[in-house]
Amino acid sequence: MTAPAALDLRGIAKRFGSVQALRGADFSLAPGEIHALLGENGAGKTTLMRIAFGLVQPDAGAILIEGKRRTMDSARTARRLGLGMVHQHFTSVPALTVAENVALAAAWPVAPAALARRVRAVAARFGLPLDPALRAGHLSVALKQRLEIVKALASDARILLLDEPTAVLTPAESDELLRMVRAFTTAGGAAVLITHKLDEALAAADRVTVLRQGAVVFAGPVAGQSPGSLAREMVGDGPTASRPSPSRSRAPDAPLLIRLEELEVPRESGYGIAVRRVTLGVRSGEVVGVAGVEGNGQRELLRAVAGRLPPLRGRRDVAGPIAFIPEDRTTEGLIPSLSLTENVVLGSRSDDPWIRRGRIDWRTARARTAALLTEYAIVAPGPDAPAGSLSGGNQQKLVVARELAHDPKVVVAENPTRGLDLRAGQEIHDRLRAAAAAGAAVLVYSSDLDEVLALADRILVAARGSLIEAPPGAGRAAIGELMVAGGR
Amino acid sequence: MAVLLGVLALLLGLQLTGYDAVAAMTALWQGAFGSWYAFTSATLVRAVPLIIVGLGIALAFRGNALNIGAEGQFYAGAIAATAVGVHLAGRPPAVALPAVLAAAVLAGGAWVLVPVWLQLRYGVLEVISTLLLNFVAEALVSYVVQGPLQESQHIYPQSDPIELAARLPLLPGTRLHAGLLLALLLAGALWYLFGRTLWGFRLRAAGAGPRAAQISGRVDPRRMAAVALLGSGAIAGLAGGVEVSGVSYALFQNLSPGYGYTAIAVALLARLHPGGVVLTGLLFGALEAGAGAMQREAGVPAVTVYVVEAAIILIVLLADAGSRRAVAMADRRAAT
Repeated sequence: MTAPAALDLRGIAKRFGSVQALRGADFSLAPGEIHALLGENGAGKTTLMRIAFGLVQPDAGAILIEGKRRTMDSARTARRLGLGMVHQHFTSVPALTVAENVALAAAWPVAPAALARRVRAVAARFGLPLDPALRAGHLSVALKQRLEIVKALASDARILLLDEPTAVLTPAESDELLRMVRAFTTAGGAAVLITHKLDEALAAADRVTVLRQGAVVFAGPVAGQSPGSLAREMVGDGPTASRPSPSRSRAPDAPLLIRLEELEVPRESGYGIAVRRVTLGVRSGEVVGVAGVEGNGQRELLRAVAGRLPPLRGRRDVAGPIAFIPEDRTTEGLIPSLSLTENVVLGSRSDDPWIRRGRIDWRTARARTAALLTEYAIVAPGPDAPAGSLSGGNQQKLVVARELAHDPKVVVAENPTRGLDLRAGQEIHDRLRAAAAAGAAVLVYSSDLDEVLALADRILVAARGSLIEAPPGAGRAAIGELMVAGGR
Repeated sequence: MAVLLGVLALLLGLQLTGYDAVAAMTALWQGAFGSWYAFTSATLVRAVPLIIVGLGIALAFRGNALNIGAEGQFYAGAIAATAVGVHLAGRPPAVALPAVLAAAVLAGGAWVLVPVWLQLRYGVLEVISTLLLNFVAEALVSYVVQGPLQESQHIYPQSDPIELAARLPLLPGTRLHAGLLLALLLAGALWYLFGRTLWGFRLRAAGAGPRAAQISGRVDPRRMAAVALLGSGAIAGLAGGVEVSGVSYALFQNLSPGYGYTAIAVALLARLHPGGVVLTGLLFGALEAGAGAMQREAGVPAVTVYVVEAAIILIVLLADAGSRRAVAMADRRAAT
């Protein structure tokens, strides 16, 4: 190779709080290529690209653009150096027109006629017809995505970073988008494609880099790779990763506490169907883990089981009381501005001892909260402290304490240890297992496959709104393959 | 503290613009607290509508419904109270008073039915719909005092006085009416509701964290907001009825010197605490009562007290932002 790499990242390391997101990752993008960047949720793909684009500052490592070492201190610098980024989520202003959004992103002067001409020119150059006068909020999903790409290209980008650009597109729209990216690289540009879809990476990319837990585990041409081989690289198959104890002791004839038949659940947004005709039974004493790539219906399934999302059709028999541990503790689990006691009371049922004919006996509630703080070893100034003043781990323990306090028959937990350190995570695992041992049916989803493996007696893989039961004793690789294969 | 700074700002402003600041402040004080009569008949009479409407605003804001339309609801209550009050000849006060106040409550609640419906059905922001209905209510007052409710001579744009039986009793020797008791009772009721009842707690939770309240599976935040808005409208309507039945005895345009708007400041300054609303309502009542005296005695335009009110609010907001920032910084230090 004579020409220097378009983008060269060397030994990039980044730590967020207690999480080491990247551990000395190397990444090299050759001119004229499409380079797929693969990895599980949380493997560090997005962080790596945000570092390249100047949105996140690395703790260590070097960034070279076309052979020259650069300091990416902001997205503005990145744009000046010829980088464009398409983010996972839409970043356009709905009330502004297409042209105004492009001008905003590329820092062009807003002179309507000239602007429209420029936007049309950029769009036409890459075969992306787009009406500059339309309001961004009125565009279809595919056109919104197209606008994001035009925005990234508008300031004459030579390097395009695409973070899951096809996640929201139909197969036909994805093909069109990938053709466009190919046209861009044929014209001399280079593109990074972050994706979860392995077959898409194989079809569209020239080379592929796989990240696992912040480190590069594979980099090379796509030739000779298969979805299976890439899935194995993504999830690994080390000795620690095999399931510790495939089946724990539990009665096979324990009563079914969760029973779903042909359940269909809408997406949370209300548009489309997230869960398709799922039939599921979970018995007393059982911990069932759901694995899956984000957006395959597991979230809606859990919320339907917990009674937080009404299903469209099908049967749902779930024993109560239900404990529900939502994913986002600061907006869904707790109210940060209210006190710990008030947050415990938020989960009250009418037969709680501190509720008397519609009135709250705060003294009893406070004493109960204090007892929970001790029992769950929650570090807090006291029951009157605002919930927002606690650390993430202690907030999560408070949510778990509140939800498990009612001796639930059914426990539904979404990513119960996300963002927690090992110790706090372990404590929450112990609590969930204890709930199962006390006779509850526990249904837990985690985007961390290791957590599912560590916790569950039985593993289900969510793929495109359906559930596939993983064979007993299946390891990371087998489950990883189900996750991607089912998604096709 | 904020009040002191606000008054200080006024002093400075007066001095800079060439007024006799000390004389003005003396007049302000005298007008508000200078005598038993000034305190009861000026300050407290001004404070009653501010407290009642302020309580209504506190209820709405606690439930996450931004009711900016208290002015309109106040007028709706005043219209209904007048319409009932002029037609009660020969009824005893035990019938007439409740009838007038009930009409005001119902009318105030009815005035927010449209915003509530628009919000629940189409997601129209209540900030906008309630605000716009203020102008409708003002126009409606203008219409009824020149039309159906105009006084029997058909000369002046105002209503006939309401029947004696429909008037709130006065404290002897003053203009202070029994509406103050109603205001205090209402404050006590809201304090109990927010602090002691499960329903009131759920209302607060729905306002403070709608998503978490909904996920808890026991609260519907949209319904809570709708109920809070309805209750808030009814309370603002009551204030309109109390004003007619206790102070003006008749309906006319500009019956309210912007109580519906000032009460937002009253409620916010009290941080939506019912007890606090009584205090801030009293403070603002005193400022506005003193403003009249200040204009008469020192020639300082009465509107200058709005500067004080604004300054107080700004200072409180700044103090809030400052303490939040301090907390955030402490958090960051703890994290590293």
